[in-house]
Amino acid sequence: MANKLLLLGDEAIALGALDAGLSGIYAYPGTPSTEITEYVQHSKTAKENKVHCSWSSNEKTAMEAALGMSYAGKRAMVCMKHVGLNVAADPFINSAITGANGGLIVVSADDPSMHSSQNEQDSRFYGKFAMVPILEPSSQQEAYDMVHYGFNFSEKYKIPVLLRITTRMAHSRSGVVRVECREQNTMHLPDDLRQFVLLPAIARKRYKNLLASHQHFIEESENSPFNTYSDGPDKSMGILVSGIALNYLMENFPDRNIPYPVLKIGQYPLPRKLVEKLIDECSELLILEDGYPMIEELISGYVPGLKKIRGRFDGTIPRTGELNPNVLAVALGLPDTKGLPVPDLMVGRPPQLCAGCPHIDSYKALNEVLAVLPKGRVFSDIGCYTLGALAPYEAINSCVDMGASITMAKGAADAGFVPSVAVIGDSTFTHSGITGLLDAVNDKSPVTVIILDNATTAMTGGQDSAGTGRLEDICKALGVEESHIRVIKPLKKYHDENVRVMQEELDYMGVSVIIPRRECIVAIDKRMRQKFK
Amino acid sequence: MKKDIILAGVGGQGIISIAAVIGYAALQEKMFLKQSEVHGMSQRGGDVMSNLRISHKEIASDLIPFGQADLIISVEPLESLRYLEYLSPETGWLVTNITPFNNIPNYPDLEKVMAAINKLPRHIALDADTLAKEAGSARSANIVILGAASPFLGLAYEKFEDAIRFTFRTKGETVIGKNLEALKLGREFADKNI
Repeated sequence: MANKLLLLGDEAIALGALDAGLSGIYAYPGTPSTEITEYVQHSKTAKENKVHCSWSSNEKTAMEAALGMSYAGKRAMVCMKHVGLNVAADPFINSAITGANGGLIVVSADDPSMHSSQNEQDSRFYGKFAMVPILEPSSQQEAYDMVHYGFNFSEKYKIPVLLRITTRMAHSRSGVVRVECREQNTMHLPDDLRQFVLLPAIARKRYKNLLASHQHFIEESENSPFNTYSDGPDKSMGILVSGIALNYLMENFPDRNIPYPVLKIGQYPLPRKLVEKLIDECSELLILEDGYPMIEELISGYVPGLKKIRGRFDGTIPRTGELNPNVLAVALGLPDTKGLPVPDLMVGRPPQLCAGCPHIDSYKALNEVLAVLPKGRVFSDIGCYTLGALAPYEAINSCVDMGASITMAKGAADAGFVPSVAVIGDSTFTHSGITGLLDAVNDKSPVTVIILDNATTAMTGGQDSAGTGRLEDICKALGVEESHIRVIKPLKKYHDENVRVMQEELDYMGVSVIIPRRECIVAIDKRMRQKFK
Repeated sequence: MKKDIILAGVGGQGIISIAAVIGYAALQEKMFLKQSEVHGMSQRGGDVMSNLRISHKEIASDLIPFGQADLIISVEPLESLRYLEYLSPETGWLVTNITPFNNIPNYPDLEKVMAAINKLPRHIALDADTLAKEAGSARSANIVILGAASPFLGLAYEKFEDAIRFTFRTKGETVIGKNLEALKLGREFADKNI
């Protein structure tokens, strides 16, 4: 136990990367992935070894920078939440065709049950789509070990590797034992300087190369330490379990003796022979995976005849939401355990804007300006200010994806819906709002864009925001008229003035930008505490 | 020895600190530990909970199964009731603060909340905020609650004192002293009311 560290899954991944000779980590903050990059940022060793660790503007720029570092022969990691992989999908899919040079690991943190997300998409489908190997840890120790393994794999086959985790792995602490550290790679370019040139003629060759590698990836999966087959005397059922679901399975057998054959999956593509062995030996299969029923869907193509597959499709496991020990107990036909009833008086306590939050003053002013108009004209975005959808503000009418506020407001304005308002945070604006604003400027769309500038990425815990101090310059450079870029201070004492400015810009039939600027109250608190520590 | 603990509260009330102190004490005893935390959106004044499991044997699940928690430790009365489905109906204890954190328009009648708590066969309900002030540190209500929960955690009281000295080691002797006092006041309340 002496060498055991108590780490979050996220921290285990970060430490694993540092110990495996990481040269740079690239990321945009997103729950539950944020703590990976933060761990590197706070690491003394990382600082001493000059490991790159500042935040990227978005997941796409992060993915591309990591690919560039890999091109230069060094080990790079890029981290994001699952929906971030949508943003990074273009470089991610194409990185499978270019391949890697220095080891490259893409970490995507899924959020089944949507604790802090707008969907529960399963990143393993992206891995399969891109045809890259996927690693999926069942413990914090495996998360640590898989980073070493993943970098080796990536360098052996010159391929990016996807490391897929879920919220419970990311944000659960457990003991981790380190292995010996290794040095960073020295800089070295790819042997073939056209490897990364995806002109059609080259891309066709590279794509065939990727397809040819697939057989090797399967063979690696067959022999992977993360894919294990354990036999059991009762062949009436075979269990195929992946990632963290293994822990919930084991929980149901306190002596750890499972009577059924169990194939545990931690590496994809699926180990075909092991899967076939399980199918051959057992009368039916139970598939346990946290996320979408991906293995279940794949397996149905393997199974000859009418062998029964149980999982999320047949209702053995609920179709949505994360797994837990009780869900598995029911699936296994074991007695379910129950606690005490929650009294009827219980009410929800949803998250809300903090007392003193600048967004409150911005929403109060906006609501007053819009009070005379029919409701439903505020397009918003992803961040703390999304909480403005809830009572008592009920100030916004959309939250779809990073940056969509400006472009949706523009589309609605194009349809004749005027005034049309976009509300976006400063960090979300630099993440994915800038290009949308350029579209609006080019079309002279009558939209009022409110950039709530609290000088931080607040929702994820206060990370640096890429455009702090330069938002007006960015808007000006995009072509927003200077007289329609209005900076206001969201404070109660300026309420009337702020209402007037908003009214003036709503009346303007072109692109206007209002920047309510006041530092996040939590960020101030944090800053002061550090100052007087 | 194995203890499954649900920690409950409102974002910002310091349940992660309680977990850190228990965790340190358990690790000093060479126990295994798993702790699932809440990060992200819920931290903004919403309900938060953490699963903390300590055991001399290896722990499988990061989440505690329903009906199997030995203890619910809550820094807020309404929140103490939210996770009752996790509490063991036969042996589970509930330790909670009675000072409400009222940041919602529909907070239930406090008397009814307290009645629901008092109906439980095994519970300790104390005014941790007042005791924390008595200890000289209004911010230490969470440590008072930890003190009140300490008889049910299967670890010697001194282990928590050591853990507090470690957890607050960078904050200076005064802060450590106030937190040790907060721990003691909580423990004394529990000893009198078990």
